[in-house]
Amino acid sequence: MTGPHDSKGRHDHEPDALEVRVQALESLLVERGYVDPAAMDRLIETYEHEVGPHNGAQVVARAWTDPDYRARLLADGSAAIAEFGFTGRQGEHMVVVENTAQVHNLVVCTLCSCYPWPVLGLPPVWYKAPPYRARAVIEPRAVLAEFGMEVAEDVEVRVWDSTAEIRYLVLPERPAGTDGWGADALAGLVTRDAMIGTARAAAP
Amino acid sequence: MNGAHDLGGMHGFGPVGPEADEPVFHAQWERRAFALTLAMGFTGQWNLDKSRHARETMPPADYLATSYYEHWLFGLEALMAERGLLEGEPAKLRRLDAGNVEKALKTGGPTERETDAAPAFAPGDRVRALNLHPVGHTRLPRYCRGCIGTVDRRWGAHVYPDSHAAAGDQDPRHLYSVRFSARELWGPSASASDSVMIDLWEPYLEPA
Repeated sequence: MTGPHDSKGRHDHEPDALEVRVQALESLLVERGYVDPAAMDRLIETYEHEVGPHNGAQVVARAWTDPDYRARLLADGSAAIAEFGFTGRQGEHMVVVENTAQVHNLVVCTLCSCYPWPVLGLPPVWYKAPPYRARAVIEPRAVLAEFGMEVAEDVEVRVWDSTAEIRYLVLPERPAGTDGWGADALAGLVTRDAMIGTARAAAP
Repeated sequence: MNGAHDLGGMHGFGPVGPEADEPVFHAQWERRAFALTLAMGFTGQWNLDKSRHARETMPPADYLATSYYEHWLFGLEALMAERGLLEGEPAKLRRLDAGNVEKALKTGGPTERETDAAPAFAPGDRVRALNLHPVGHTRLPRYCRGCIGTVDRRWGAHVYPDSHAAAGDQDPRHLYSVRFSARELWGPSASASDSVMIDLWEPYLEPA
Protein backbone atom coordinates (compact mmCIF):
# COMPACT_ATOMS: atom_id res chain seq x y z
CA MET A 1 0.00 0.00 0.00
CA THR A 2 1.25 3.46 -0.73
CA GLY A 3 -0.06 6.95 -0.37
CA PRO A 4 -1.28 8.79 2.71
CA HIS A 5 -1.72 6.64 5.80
CA ASP A 6 -4.53 6.79 8.25
CA SER A 7 -3.33 5.31 11.49
CA LYS A 8 -1.91 7.12 14.48
CA GLY A 9 1.62 8.39 14.41
CA ARG A 10 1.81 8.24 10.68
CA HIS A 11 0.49 11.53 9.50
CA ASP A 12 2.34 11.72 6.27
CA HIS A 13 3.40 15.11 5.16
CA GLU A 14 3.68 15.51 1.42
CA PRO A 15 4.84 12.01 0.42
CA ASP A 16 6.43 13.51 -2.67
CA ALA A 17 8.39 15.96 -0.55
CA LEU A 18 9.76 13.06 1.47
CA GLU A 19 10.70 11.15 -1.70
CA VAL A 20 12.56 14.21 -2.98
CA ARG A 21 14.26 14.86 0.37
CA VAL A 22 15.49 11.27 0.72
CA GLN A 23 16.60 11.04 -2.93
CA ALA A 24 18.59 14.24 -2.51
CA LEU A 25 20.27 12.96 0.64
CA GLU A 26 21.07 9.62 -0.96
CA SER A 27 22.58 11.27 -4.05
CA LEU A 28 24.76 13.47 -1.88
CA LEU A 29 25.98 10.60 0.30
CA VAL A 30 26.72 8.43 -2.73
CA GLU A 31 28.55 11.28 -4.45
CA ARG A 32 30.65 11.86 -1.33
CA GLY A 33 31.53 8.16 -1.25
CA TYR A 34 29.89 7.46 2.11
CA VAL A 35 27.34 4.88 0.98
CA ASP A 36 27.18 2.19 -1.66
CA PRO A 37 23.71 2.07 -3.30
CA ALA A 38 24.15 -1.67 -3.89
CA ALA A 39 24.67 -2.15 -0.15
CA MET A 40 21.46 -0.19 0.46
CA ASP A 41 19.60 -2.48 -1.97
CA ARG A 42 20.95 -5.50 -0.13
CA LEU A 43 19.87 -4.10 3.27
CA ILE A 44 16.34 -3.47 1.97
CA GLU A 45 16.09 -6.87 0.31
CA THR A 46 17.17 -8.60 3.52
CA TYR A 47 14.40 -7.11 5.63
CA GLU A 48 11.74 -6.88 2.93
CA HIS A 49 12.07 -10.44 1.65
CA GLU A 50 14.31 -12.64 3.79
CA VAL A 51 14.10 -11.99 7.52
CA GLY A 52 10.64 -12.05 9.10
CA PRO A 53 8.28 -13.74 11.54
CA HIS A 54 8.66 -17.05 9.69
CA ASN A 55 12.05 -17.25 11.43
CA GLY A 56 10.57 -16.88 14.91
CA ALA A 57 7.78 -19.31 14.02
CA GLN A 58 10.36 -22.04 13.38
CA VAL A 59 11.92 -21.40 16.78
CA VAL A 60 8.55 -21.61 18.55
CA ALA A 61 7.46 -24.75 16.69
CA ARG A 62 10.71 -26.47 17.57
CA ALA A 63 10.24 -25.54 21.25
CA TRP A 64 6.74 -27.05 21.12
CA THR A 65 7.98 -30.34 19.69
CA ASP A 66 11.40 -30.75 21.33
CA PRO A 67 11.51 -30.47 25.15
CA ASP A 68 15.32 -30.30 25.23
CA TYR A 69 15.30 -27.43 22.75
CA ARG A 70 12.59 -25.65 24.77
CA ALA A 71 14.77 -25.93 27.89
CA ARG A 72 17.81 -24.55 26.03
CA LEU A 73 15.70 -21.74 24.55
CA LEU A 74 14.40 -20.59 27.92
CA ALA A 75 17.83 -20.90 29.55
CA ASP A 76 19.82 -19.06 26.83
CA GLY A 77 17.66 -17.55 24.11
CA SER A 78 20.54 -16.16 22.03
CA ALA A 79 22.38 -19.51 21.82
CA ALA A 80 19.28 -21.60 21.12
CA ILE A 81 18.05 -19.19 18.42
CA ALA A 82 21.55 -19.13 16.90
CA GLU A 83 21.15 -22.88 16.25
CA PHE A 84 18.88 -21.76 13.38
CA GLY A 85 21.43 -19.19 12.23
CA PHE A 86 19.23 -16.29 13.38
CA THR A 87 21.76 -13.91 14.91
CA GLY A 88 23.00 -10.36 14.80
CA ARG A 89 21.62 -6.88 14.61
CA GLN A 90 18.83 -6.16 17.10
CA GLY A 91 18.95 -9.76 18.33
CA GLU A 92 22.35 -9.82 20.01
CA HIS A 93 20.90 -10.56 23.45
CA MET A 94 17.75 -12.64 23.06
CA VAL A 95 15.51 -13.65 25.95
CA VAL A 96 12.49 -15.91 25.43
CA VAL A 97 9.54 -15.51 27.80
CA GLU A 98 7.00 -18.29 28.02
CA ASN A 99 3.24 -17.91 28.23
CA THR A 100 1.58 -20.30 30.68
CA ALA A 101 -1.82 -20.75 32.31
CA GLN A 102 -0.64 -18.25 34.95
CA VAL A 103 1.29 -15.64 32.94
CA HIS A 104 0.67 -13.84 29.65
CA ASN A 105 3.70 -11.92 28.33
CA LEU A 106 3.52 -8.79 26.19
CA VAL A 107 6.50 -6.95 24.66
CA VAL A 108 6.78 -3.20 24.00
CA CYS A 109 9.42 -0.51 23.65
CA THR A 110 8.03 2.67 25.18
CA LEU A 111 11.13 4.76 24.36
CA CYS A 112 11.63 3.88 20.68
CA SER A 113 10.89 0.67 18.75
CA CYS A 114 13.26 -2.05 19.99
CA TYR A 115 12.22 -5.33 18.43
CA PRO A 116 13.96 -8.68 17.78
CA TRP A 117 14.84 -8.28 14.09
CA PRO A 118 16.51 -11.66 13.41
CA VAL A 119 13.39 -13.58 14.46
CA LEU A 120 10.56 -11.14 13.61
CA GLY A 121 11.99 -8.81 10.95
CA LEU A 122 11.19 -5.09 11.15
CA PRO A 123 8.34 -4.01 13.44
CA PRO A 124 4.89 -3.10 12.12
CA VAL A 125 3.84 0.56 12.21
CA TRP A 126 1.49 0.07 15.18
CA TYR A 127 4.35 -1.26 17.31
CA LYS A 128 6.36 1.92 16.67
CA ALA A 129 3.49 4.41 16.95
CA PRO A 130 2.42 6.32 20.08
CA PRO A 131 -0.85 4.49 20.95
CA TYR A 132 0.83 1.12 21.56
CA ARG A 133 3.99 2.53 23.14
CA ALA A 134 1.93 4.72 25.50
CA ARG A 135 -0.76 2.22 26.43
CA ALA A 136 0.87 -1.23 26.60
CA VAL A 137 2.41 -0.45 29.99
CA ILE A 138 -0.52 1.39 31.62
CA GLU A 139 -3.51 -0.51 30.23
CA PRO A 140 -2.24 -3.75 28.69
CA ARG A 141 -5.60 -5.49 29.08
CA ALA A 142 -7.39 -2.78 27.12
CA VAL A 143 -4.76 -3.06 24.38
CA LEU A 144 -5.11 -6.84 24.31
CA ALA A 145 -8.90 -6.49 24.10
CA GLU A 146 -8.47 -4.37 20.96
CA PHE A 147 -6.50 -7.26 19.48
CA GLY A 148 -9.40 -9.54 20.43
CA MET A 149 -7.71 -11.13 23.43
CA GLU A 150 -9.30 -11.54 26.83
CA VAL A 151 -6.97 -12.52 29.66
CA ALA A 152 -8.61 -13.80 32.88
CA GLU A 153 -8.21 -11.44 35.84
CA ASP A 154 -6.26 -14.03 37.86
CA VAL A 155 -3.74 -14.48 35.05
CA GLU A 156 -0.79 -12.09 35.31
CA VAL A 157 -0.21 -9.85 32.32
CA ARG A 158 3.54 -9.31 32.35
CA VAL A 159 4.69 -6.46 30.13
CA TRP A 160 8.34 -6.31 29.03
CA ASP A 161 9.53 -2.77 28.26
CA SER A 162 12.61 -3.17 26.04
CA THR A 163 14.64 -0.30 27.50
CA ALA A 164 18.08 -1.94 27.00
CA GLU A 165 19.59 -4.14 24.25
CA ILE A 166 17.86 -7.27 25.57
CA ARG A 167 15.33 -8.37 22.95
CA TYR A 168 12.29 -10.39 23.94
CA LEU A 169 10.44 -13.12 22.06
CA VAL A 170 7.21 -14.52 23.49
CA LEU A 171 6.85 -18.31 23.42
CA PRO A 172 3.08 -18.69 23.03
CA GLU A 173 1.11 -21.64 24.38
CA ARG A 174 0.73 -24.51 21.94
CA PRO A 175 -2.85 -24.57 20.66
CA ALA A 176 -5.13 -27.45 21.69
CA GLY A 177 -5.95 -29.99 19.02
CA THR A 178 -2.45 -30.16 17.56
CA ASP A 179 -1.31 -33.46 19.08
CA GLY A 180 0.97 -35.30 16.73
CA TRP A 181 1.59 -32.27 14.50
CA GLY A 182 5.11 -31.83 13.20
CA ALA A 183 7.16 -28.65 13.61
CA ASP A 184 6.55 -27.45 10.03
CA ALA A 185 2.77 -27.63 10.36
CA LEU A 186 2.87 -26.03 13.82
CA ALA A 187 4.99 -23.13 12.55
CA GLY A 188 2.05 -22.17 10.33
CA LEU A 189 0.02 -21.37 13.47
CA VAL A 190 2.65 -19.05 14.98
CA THR A 191 1.88 -15.48 14.00
CA ARG A 192 3.99 -12.37 14.48
CA ASP A 193 1.48 -11.04 17.01
CA ALA A 194 1.62 -14.29 19.01
CA MET A 195 5.38 -13.74 19.41
CA ILE A 196 4.87 -10.09 20.52
CA GLY A 197 2.11 -11.19 22.89
CA THR A 198 -0.84 -9.36 21.30
CA ALA A 199 -2.39 -12.64 20.17
CA ARG A 200 -2.43 -16.34 20.94
CA ALA A 201 -1.13 -18.83 18.41
CA ALA A 202 -3.77 -19.53 15.78
CA ALA A 203 -6.25 -22.37 16.31
CA PRO A 204 -5.74 -25.36 14.00
CA MET B 1 15.83 13.94 28.27
CA ASN B 2 12.12 14.32 28.97
CA GLY B 3 11.18 14.20 25.30
CA ALA B 4 8.11 13.21 23.34
CA HIS B 5 9.70 9.80 22.72
CA ASP B 6 9.19 8.78 26.36
CA LEU B 7 5.60 7.72 25.78
CA GLY B 8 4.88 5.10 28.44
CA GLY B 9 1.62 5.85 30.27
CA MET B 10 0.43 8.79 28.16
CA HIS B 11 -3.28 9.12 27.39
CA GLY B 12 -5.20 10.40 24.40
CA PHE B 13 -3.60 8.66 21.41
CA GLY B 14 -6.64 6.53 20.61
CA PRO B 15 -6.74 2.88 19.54
CA VAL B 16 -3.70 0.92 18.38
CA GLY B 17 -4.91 0.32 14.84
CA PRO B 18 -3.06 -2.64 13.30
CA GLU B 19 -3.09 -2.80 9.49
CA ALA B 20 -4.09 -6.06 7.81
CA ASP B 21 -1.39 -7.60 5.59
CA GLU B 22 0.92 -4.72 6.33
CA PRO B 23 3.88 -4.34 3.96
CA VAL B 24 7.38 -3.99 5.42
CA PHE B 25 7.72 -0.52 3.87
CA HIS B 26 4.91 1.84 2.85
CA ALA B 27 6.81 3.98 0.36
CA GLN B 28 10.07 4.01 -1.55
CA TRP B 29 11.47 6.83 0.59
CA GLU B 30 11.00 4.64 3.69
CA ARG B 31 13.14 1.90 2.12
CA ARG B 32 15.89 4.34 1.24
CA ALA B 33 15.77 6.23 4.59
CA PHE B 34 16.00 2.91 6.43
CA ALA B 35 18.98 1.73 4.38
CA LEU B 36 20.76 5.11 4.50
CA THR B 37 20.49 5.09 8.29
CA LEU B 38 21.93 1.58 8.59
CA ALA B 39 24.66 2.20 6.02
CA MET B 40 25.74 5.48 7.65
CA GLY B 41 25.67 3.81 11.09
CA PHE B 42 28.25 1.37 9.73
CA THR B 43 30.72 4.20 9.10
CA GLY B 44 31.25 4.40 12.87
CA GLN B 45 30.81 8.17 12.98
CA TRP B 46 28.29 7.71 15.80
CA ASN B 47 26.90 4.86 17.89
CA LEU B 48 23.36 3.54 18.36
CA ASP B 49 22.77 5.57 21.52
CA LYS B 50 23.83 8.80 19.81
CA SER B 51 21.55 7.91 16.98
CA ARG B 52 18.60 7.35 19.33
CA HIS B 53 19.39 10.60 21.09
CA ALA B 54 19.46 12.51 17.79
CA ARG B 55 15.89 11.32 17.05
CA GLU B 56 14.80 12.28 20.57
CA THR B 57 15.93 15.87 20.07
CA MET B 58 13.22 16.39 17.45
CA PRO B 59 10.87 19.07 18.87
CA PRO B 60 8.00 17.27 20.68
CA ALA B 61 5.23 18.65 18.46
CA ASP B 62 7.10 17.51 15.34
CA TYR B 63 7.93 14.11 16.84
CA LEU B 64 4.28 13.36 17.51
CA ALA B 65 3.12 14.63 14.11
CA THR B 66 5.53 12.60 11.99
CA SER B 67 6.02 8.95 11.12
CA TYR B 68 8.76 6.69 12.42
CA TYR B 69 11.06 6.88 9.42
CA GLU B 70 10.74 10.65 9.45
CA HIS B 71 12.26 10.48 12.96
CA TRP B 72 15.09 8.39 11.52
CA LEU B 73 15.61 10.85 8.70
CA PHE B 74 15.66 13.78 11.12
CA GLY B 75 18.24 11.97 13.28
CA LEU B 76 20.44 11.07 10.33
CA GLU B 77 20.43 14.60 8.90
CA ALA B 78 21.16 16.06 12.35
CA LEU B 79 24.12 13.72 12.99
CA MET B 80 25.60 14.36 9.55
CA ALA B 81 25.24 18.13 9.87
CA GLU B 82 26.72 18.09 13.38
CA ARG B 83 29.83 16.36 12.05
CA GLY B 84 30.10 18.58 9.01
CA LEU B 85 29.83 15.56 6.71
CA LEU B 86 27.57 17.28 4.19
CA GLU B 87 29.87 20.18 3.31
CA GLY B 88 33.47 20.84 2.36
CA GLU B 89 35.88 18.07 1.41
CA PRO B 90 34.27 14.62 1.73
CA ALA B 91 35.60 12.73 4.75
CA LYS B 92 37.26 9.32 4.36
CA LEU B 93 34.79 7.01 6.02
CA ARG B 94 34.57 3.24 6.44
CA ARG B 95 31.97 2.32 3.81
CA LEU B 96 29.59 -0.62 3.94
CA ASP B 97 29.87 -2.45 0.61
CA ALA B 98 27.21 -4.79 -0.73
CA GLY B 99 29.43 -7.82 -0.16
CA ASN B 100 29.75 -7.03 3.56
CA VAL B 101 26.09 -6.49 4.34
CA GLU B 102 25.28 -10.02 5.41
CA LYS B 103 28.31 -10.29 7.67
CA ALA B 104 27.64 -6.88 9.24
CA LEU B 105 24.03 -7.78 10.00
CA LYS B 106 24.88 -11.23 11.34
CA THR B 107 27.51 -9.75 13.63
CA GLY B 108 25.39 -6.91 14.95
CA GLY B 109 26.62 -4.93 17.92
CA PRO B 110 26.59 -6.87 21.19
CA THR B 111 26.60 -4.55 24.23
CA GLU B 112 27.60 -6.92 27.03
CA ARG B 113 31.07 -6.14 28.43
CA GLU B 114 33.45 -7.47 31.06
CA THR B 115 33.72 -5.43 34.22
CA ASP B 116 35.68 -5.70 37.45
CA ALA B 117 32.91 -4.03 39.42
CA ALA B 118 30.77 -6.37 41.52
CA PRO B 119 27.02 -5.98 40.97
CA ALA B 120 25.34 -3.96 43.71
CA PHE B 121 22.07 -5.88 43.52
CA ALA B 122 20.98 -9.50 43.42
CA PRO B 123 17.71 -11.13 42.32
CA GLY B 124 15.09 -10.59 45.01
CA ASP B 125 16.48 -7.21 46.14
CA ARG B 126 14.03 -4.34 46.46
CA VAL B 127 15.19 -1.29 44.54
CA ARG B 128 13.88 2.18 43.80
CA ALA B 129 14.23 3.75 40.37
CA LEU B 130 15.84 7.10 41.05
CA ASN B 131 14.04 10.33 40.34
CA LEU B 132 16.49 11.56 37.70
CA HIS B 133 15.77 14.02 34.88
CA PRO B 134 18.97 14.23 32.83
CA VAL B 135 18.91 16.61 29.87
CA GLY B 136 20.91 14.10 27.80
CA HIS B 137 20.03 10.60 26.59
CA THR B 138 18.77 8.10 29.16
CA ARG B 139 16.90 4.80 29.07
CA LEU B 140 15.21 5.35 32.42
CA PRO B 141 11.55 5.85 31.44
CA ARG B 142 9.71 8.64 33.24
CA TYR B 143 6.84 6.41 34.31
CA CYS B 144 8.99 4.31 36.68
CA ARG B 145 11.01 7.11 38.33
CA GLY B 146 10.58 7.05 42.11
CA CYS B 147 8.85 3.64 42.05
CA ILE B 148 9.93 0.53 43.95
CA GLY B 149 10.47 -2.80 42.23
CA THR B 150 12.24 -6.11 42.74
CA VAL B 151 15.32 -7.27 40.86
CA ASP B 152 14.29 -10.31 38.84
CA ARG B 153 17.44 -11.16 36.87
CA ARG B 154 20.91 -9.82 36.20
CA TRP B 155 21.97 -9.38 32.57
CA GLY B 156 25.66 -8.71 33.20
CA ALA B 157 27.38 -5.39 32.49
CA HIS B 158 26.27 -3.56 29.34
CA VAL B 159 27.34 -0.39 27.55
CA TYR B 160 25.73 2.46 29.52
CA PRO B 161 23.57 4.50 27.12
CA ASP B 162 23.77 7.76 29.09
CA SER B 163 27.59 7.86 28.79
CA HIS B 164 27.67 6.29 25.33
CA ALA B 165 25.37 8.93 23.85
CA ALA B 166 27.11 11.83 25.58
CA ALA B 167 30.83 11.24 25.04
CA GLY B 168 30.98 7.94 23.19
CA ASP B 169 32.33 6.27 26.34
CA GLN B 170 31.05 2.68 26.69
CA ASP B 171 31.27 2.89 30.50
CA PRO B 172 29.79 -0.62 31.09
CA ARG B 173 27.44 -0.89 34.08
CA HIS B 174 25.46 -3.77 35.51
CA LEU B 175 22.03 -4.17 33.97
CA TYR B 176 19.02 -5.71 35.73
CA SER B 177 15.53 -6.83 34.84
CA VAL B 178 13.39 -5.11 37.48
CA ARG B 179 9.81 -6.11 38.14
CA PHE B 180 7.32 -3.42 39.13
CA SER B 181 3.75 -4.22 40.12
CA ALA B 182 1.23 -2.44 37.93
CA ARG B 183 -0.26 -0.85 41.07
CA GLU B 184 3.11 0.55 42.15
CA LEU B 185 3.45 2.25 38.76
CA TRP B 186 -0.14 3.26 38.07
CA GLY B 187 -2.04 3.24 41.36
CA PRO B 188 -5.17 1.47 42.54
CA SER B 189 -6.98 1.41 39.19
CA ALA B 190 -4.39 -1.02 37.74
CA SER B 191 -4.93 -4.78 37.92
CA ALA B 192 -3.57 -6.38 41.10
CA SER B 193 -2.30 -9.30 39.00
CA ASP B 194 -0.17 -7.41 36.49
CA SER B 195 3.44 -6.27 36.36
CA VAL B 196 5.90 -4.43 34.12
CA MET B 197 9.47 -5.65 33.67
CA ILE B 198 11.97 -2.89 32.87
CA ASP B 199 15.67 -3.28 32.06
CA LEU B 200 17.52 -0.76 34.21
CA TRP B 201 21.22 0.01 34.65
CA GLU B 202 22.72 0.20 38.12
CA PRO B 203 23.13 4.01 38.15
CA TYR B 204 19.34 4.28 37.76
CA LEU B 205 18.72 2.37 41.01
CA GLU B 206 19.11 2.60 44.76
CA PRO B 207 18.33 0.07 47.52
CA ALA B 208 14.75 0.35 48.83
